[in-house]
Amino acid sequence: MAGDIHQEDANFPIVIEGLVNRFGDVTVHEGLDLKVRRGEILGVVGGSGTGKSVLMRSIIGLQRPSEGRIDVLGRTITELDLEQGIGVRRRWGVLFQGGALFSTLTVGENVEVPLRKYYPDLDQALRTEIARYKVILTGLPEDAVAKFPSELSGGMKKRAGLARALALDPELLFLDEPTAGLDPIGAAKFDRLTRELKETLGLTVFLITHDLDTLYEICDRVAVIAEKKIIAVGTIPELIATKHPWIEEYFGGPRGRAAHDAHLRSQE
Amino acid sequence: MQDAAQYTLEEAGADTARLVLSGRLTLANIGPIEPELKRITGPLSSIDLAAVEEIDTVGAWVVCRLAREHNCDITGASEAAERLLAAMRGIDAGGGTRARRLPVWERVPMALGEKVYGARRGIYGVVGFFGQILLGGASLIRHPARFPIKALVHQMELVGVTALPIIGLMSFLIGIVIAQQGSVQLEQFGAESLTVNLVGRITLRELGVLMTAIMVAGRSGSAFAAQIGTMKLTEEIDAMRTIGVSPIEVLVIPRILAATFMMLLLGFYASLMAIIGGAVVGDLTLGIPFVTFLLRIQEVVPTHDLWVGLIKAPVFGLIVALAGCYHGMQVRGDSEEVGRRTTMAVVSAIFAVIVLDAFFAVFFTEIGWG
Repeated sequence: MAGDIHQEDANFPIVIEGLVNRFGDVTVHEGLDLKVRRGEILGVVGGSGTGKSVLMRSIIGLQRPSEGRIDVLGRTITELDLEQGIGVRRRWGVLFQGGALFSTLTVGENVEVPLRKYYPDLDQALRTEIARYKVILTGLPEDAVAKFPSELSGGMKKRAGLARALALDPELLFLDEPTAGLDPIGAAKFDRLTRELKETLGLTVFLITHDLDTLYEICDRVAVIAEKKIIAVGTIPELIATKHPWIEEYFGGPRGRAAHDAHLRSQE
Repeated sequence: MQDAAQYTLEEAGADTARLVLSGRLTLANIGPIEPELKRITGPLSSIDLAAVEEIDTVGAWVVCRLAREHNCDITGASEAAERLLAAMRGIDAGGGTRARRLPVWERVPMALGEKVYGARRGIYGVVGFFGQILLGGASLIRHPARFPIKALVHQMELVGVTALPIIGLMSFLIGIVIAQQGSVQLEQFGAESLTVNLVGRITLRELGVLMTAIMVAGRSGSAFAAQIGTMKLTEEIDAMRTIGVSPIEVLVIPRILAATFMMLLLGFYASLMAIIGGAVVGDLTLGIPFVTFLLRIQEVVPTHDLWVGLIKAPVFGLIVALAGCYHGMQVRGDSEEVGRRTTMAVVSAIFAVIVLDAFFAVFFTEIGWG
């Protein structure tokens, strides 16, 4: 059988070893290693075009890497047939950048889709209730449940996408630039929501972001992609201590300093 | 193994019971017992979660709902369960997830009314669009330096040159079919030689131009709608307007001119190809030599048949391009709309072409070009 189920490493739900991603002549990742700890929010940063989204797509099996090995929740994604039910899908949720809601379904029906797919025997009334409380849990007003995605604002779409990502009570949550395109108030609320959900539901969160405030406020650790690898993983002070020029520029620039100051003020 | 979720009811004082839940109260395991829990009617004094191994939001939701319905306490919850319960409290998830649907006696008249208003808006829209194009054309005539000649040539290539193979093949085959089927019928009167008249007149007057218009609507009308519609969605059109570039001048007029002019050439070309197809059949099955067939065409087809075709062709081209550009400019909202408008562009263009063709047929016969 393809995709052996070996002993799941309880501490590291995602383990990436020697990942190589090539598109024609362009090498995006060259020997990338990363371990995500259980129960943490790991922020992933990197310049535009350094392959943050490609990394996420590799982990969730949308993109077959050229080389390397990725284990997610004890399954080796890189050896599995991606079209097959790979068994771990119901244990993770993914929020795509634009929400990627199904436009012909209402928000509530969107949340019901994974429930229907994986638990067809569930009572319809309970399924409806689950969809509704998930939507409300992500901070959307109750009447948003019966609305179509085209009737929602960008921020509301993201929340609705998050509700769908959380539909199956996943252990792992992937967020691709969750606060991009939101106003600062909306972004701060979304950050708080992510943190709260992580603490309440015990999630492990893999979060791609450009938002320095998000990094300071909610991330337990931050991984930096540059030079086709993860050049450093750690808390922000640890990263700054590495003295890598890109990291220094990233956190030492005017935006980085402003986010740092804001973080200090919010802690007081 | 305690995999499935289980429940027991224990007596607790007069007429009340204590609900003891155990096992895994998770999405994967709660399914079988949930309907039974819902049916519990007797008054509950408390719900005990001490024996619960695992709980997720679904389990917490079900417990919370039960506690609320029976107005009872929850005991023995672990720390994690308590957190989940706290998150679930205060959420009232009654109601459905479907979009609200009106009853049929309201929905149907409303849909009809919207159609009527939509039709009115459509007419206003088309007339207004045509006016915009005339204005755009007028301003281009006043400022000929602004004329988008590159775009025009490019569109001519796309609409005309790249369509040559498919339209040629289509017309050639149509010529073959008309000649072959026509000769079978005419043979019954001993008039096979009239096949030449049939092929020559019907292709030059009607089919050459009509089939080409339908093909151009499918190839280019749809492309116009999809291109302009996508540019509308990505706000390219708005960007043009803010810079002061008129989308009518740079996008619509080149396409309309290209389609109008190329239809003229393509229609003529299609008629020629159809006649060649007919001549091939004549040569192979009717014993009319290829060259004789072509010479006979010259004799039996009146010149006004050619004019009928050549007058109709640019009108059809104009209609196809107008429909494509108009529907493209009407795109609003999401990508689904692009597909819808593209379909509408093709359907309305073909429909208008056929209706107009019927008018032309009557008109030209009446003026003596029968």
